Amino acid sequence: MFRNTRIILTSALVKGLVGQFVAWALGYGFIAMLRAFRGLPTPGLYEPAVAFGAILSVIGFLVGAGVLTDWLKLIVGKRTPLRHGAPEGKPEWSRYLNVDYNHKVIGIQYAITSILVLLIGGLFAILFRIELAQPGMQWLTNDQYNTLFSAHGIIMIASILLGVGAMVNYLVPLMIGASDMAFPRLNAFSYWVAIPSAVLILMGMAVGGWDTGWVGYATLSLRAPLGIVLFMLGFWINGFSSIAGSINMLVTTATMRAKGMTLFRMPILVWGAAAASIIQMTATQTVGVALTMSVAERVLGLNFFDPAGGGNPILYQHLFWFYSHPVVYVFVLPGLGVISELLPVFARKPLFGYRWVALSSMGIALVGFLVWAHHMFTSGMADALRMPFMFSTMLVAIPTGVKFFSWVATIWEGKLPKNPPTPLLFVFGAISVFLIGGVTGPILGTIPTDLHLHDSYWIVGHFHATMFGGYIFPFFAALYYWYPKVTGRMYKESLGKLHFWLMLPAFWVMSIGQMSVGLLGMRRRVADYDPALGITTTHVLITLAALIIGWSVLIMIYNFVASTRTAPLADINPWRSRSPEWQIPSPVPEFNYAVPFEVIGEPYDYGLDGATYTREVVPVPSGD
Amino acid sequence: MSAVTTHSPHDDAHGHEVPYETQMRSNRLGLWMFMFSELFLFGALFTTRFVLWGNTRPALSQEIGLLATGILLLSSFFMYRCEVGAANGDQKTFLRSALLAALMGTIFFIMVVVMEWNVFGLSGELFGIELFGHLKPSDGVYGGVFYAMTGMHALHVLSGIALILIIWWNGRRGFFTPERHWGVEATAIYWHYVDVVWVFFYPALYLMGHAVK
Repeated sequence: MFRNTRIILTSALVKGLVGQFVAWALGYGFIAMLRAFRGLPTPGLYEPAVAFGAILSVIGFLVGAGVLTDWLKLIVGKRTPLRHGAPEGKPEWSRYLNVDYNHKVIGIQYAITSILVLLIGGLFAILFRIELAQPGMQWLTNDQYNTLFSAHGIIMIASILLGVGAMVNYLVPLMIGASDMAFPRLNAFSYWVAIPSAVLILMGMAVGGWDTGWVGYATLSLRAPLGIVLFMLGFWINGFSSIAGSINMLVTTATMRAKGMTLFRMPILVWGAAAASIIQMTATQTVGVALTMSVAERVLGLNFFDPAGGGNPILYQHLFWFYSHPVVYVFVLPGLGVISELLPVFARKPLFGYRWVALSSMGIALVGFLVWAHHMFTSGMADALRMPFMFSTMLVAIPTGVKFFSWVATIWEGKLPKNPPTPLLFVFGAISVFLIGGVTGPILGTIPTDLHLHDSYWIVGHFHATMFGGYIFPFFAALYYWYPKVTGRMYKESLGKLHFWLMLPAFWVMSIGQMSVGLLGMRRRVADYDPALGITTTHVLITLAALIIGWSVLIMIYNFVASTRTAPLADINPWRSRSPEWQIPSPVPEFNYAVPFEVIGEPYDYGLDGATYTREVVPVPSGD
Repeated sequence: MSAVTTHSPHDDAHGHEVPYETQMRSNRLGLWMFMFSELFLFGALFTTRFVLWGNTRPALSQEIGLLATGILLLSSFFMYRCEVGAANGDQKTFLRSALLAALMGTIFFIMVVVMEWNVFGLSGELFGIELFGHLKPSDGVYGGVFYAMTGMHALHVLSGIALILIIWWNGRRGFFTPERHWGVEATAIYWHYVDVVWVFFYPALYLMGHAVK
């Protein structure tokens, strides 16, 4: 027991957090010292000192955790070999608390962190949902409400990015037959830098919160409380994680595929993840610029957005949405990939239109870059931009439609199990919820209707449906589907089904309820509403639905935690998948494939006689 | 929870090492993807300049701008010599050119920070040319955009100088061979990239539009 405590206290996580707060204090003290030299007093929570300390604190975390150690050694000319397996004399579980370079360990670190962050974000939602159940203010102040909904937004986005990282890191190298990612150290960096970023955002709540929502529009952001600086820096730091992770993913896919795996023989999830990575790699930079300029305007007195000095607040919105619209495709593309990946396995039929589905992911990613200003129809941007952005927004429906028709055609005459297992249920849930989210979108993309619905609760209902349908349901499907691969044990099917049948109806009530109060006049981002609108009952229903969704997620977590030790060992290939990762032992060995495989057929030819996807490479005696 | 089977991983490691050629392909592709990613960072700043300044620009010292640009471009030549030296095993050319490139980068950095930004608040003239800039960060959007663009670029120059000094220091101790000198190659690509960015920033800041302030 004492030994375990010591392993936890000396883990990279704890050392990193200590390093973060030490560096923060040093940074704050440095600014205070500079001011003292010039004879100026430093008030408590002095903004430039907090911001400078926050930037140093991220370096402090990385140094403390040891993420940079190998690179620092390389600078002085020492090449360090990659460590494999658990550190000497420490138990296997300690790998998950320390800097580890194995892609599977990092994938699981991502997944666990993602679920923890999801719980925090969900808790915030439930706190302000309870407030909204009745008109008038019950137990939150307006400032607390503003901080909670703003933090809910950004923390859920952080959780989704971590979840995408989990799927990409664990699955992509396995599916393409690589032994690891192309840059294992960079991979560890991408994961670990997300932790101080989350700490900064949570600290932003602690020092007074902020009231701009997750978008942080100038010029409101220039007048918001201190918390906004930490929120923006945390958001900015998270961009490092996105950019490094996406470059790693793309390079791994480009250079480390198994023999014979041409682009059109890659698993469809890899296509989705690659399309998402292209967006992450590029668009993240522009929001980084927008956030940097906002912080510089507040802290350093530079002028970009404040019209008083000649600035342009619309510029912030353009730079912000150039990232923040495409990023929703980062959330949904891997999720839609999971749906396309799982359906053929359960339908025992080839995926309908494989090439079109693969290219539709790329299509969504590319069109996604051309639609950002549809968030700004009411913002006062140049009128000439409105119509082109309306048309480009409608264009997104085409590649998305390709995916929907492929799913329907794959299910058509498929041999679906009579008693669908949990992953398949979540796939069906995802399709139904994403459909609601999808068909409510064009109404917002059309200028005349958007002018009425902009900033109403309709839009809240719309994007919760797309996020749940495109990410949450497929992510849960993926967690259930690959759980036996990751742990070697089977989760409890009955609890999995309970989770699904609680969550799906509750989500429909929540999303459709949000849309209906939006149509009836409920505005988003306000803590109170007029009882005369007659929407109080719907608000009570939405709050109850949110609580049910919260409980159902807790059931899933209990199911996974309890099953790691007690559940029966899973079959090697419980879903009868053709994918290579199911042909090797569970949990996957340290280096994935003892014998490399080569691809000799199409990936989704389920139910076709004599079709094979992969076979082991017969070792040829080499000449050296 | 044990999600990774643990059968003597240390013995397996040897057979699973990524071949050097594959790793090099990954490295090159990864670096170029990072460059492509940075294109959006500089592109966003570039766009900001046109949105906020339009057809105007602040009155800056043309002489200092031209001289700094010339020095930065010349440094790229020495960076190229440095890489060629490392590839040919010509230790002397490699080390000397690296130092020269770093020195010229430093001169460029000083010209931006000390002369254009005038962080020390100096004043002086040489041959009738004013040596120190007047634009302050707080001078509305002109100050904001100028400091943001030169600042972001100077940060990249500074990190490039650090990289050159690292390869120089390790190169002196024989870290690189003609066959394996990825560090030199990567630094050279990065340095050229930072130069090319300035090729676009310089006209946007110093030449385009009419001077108003």
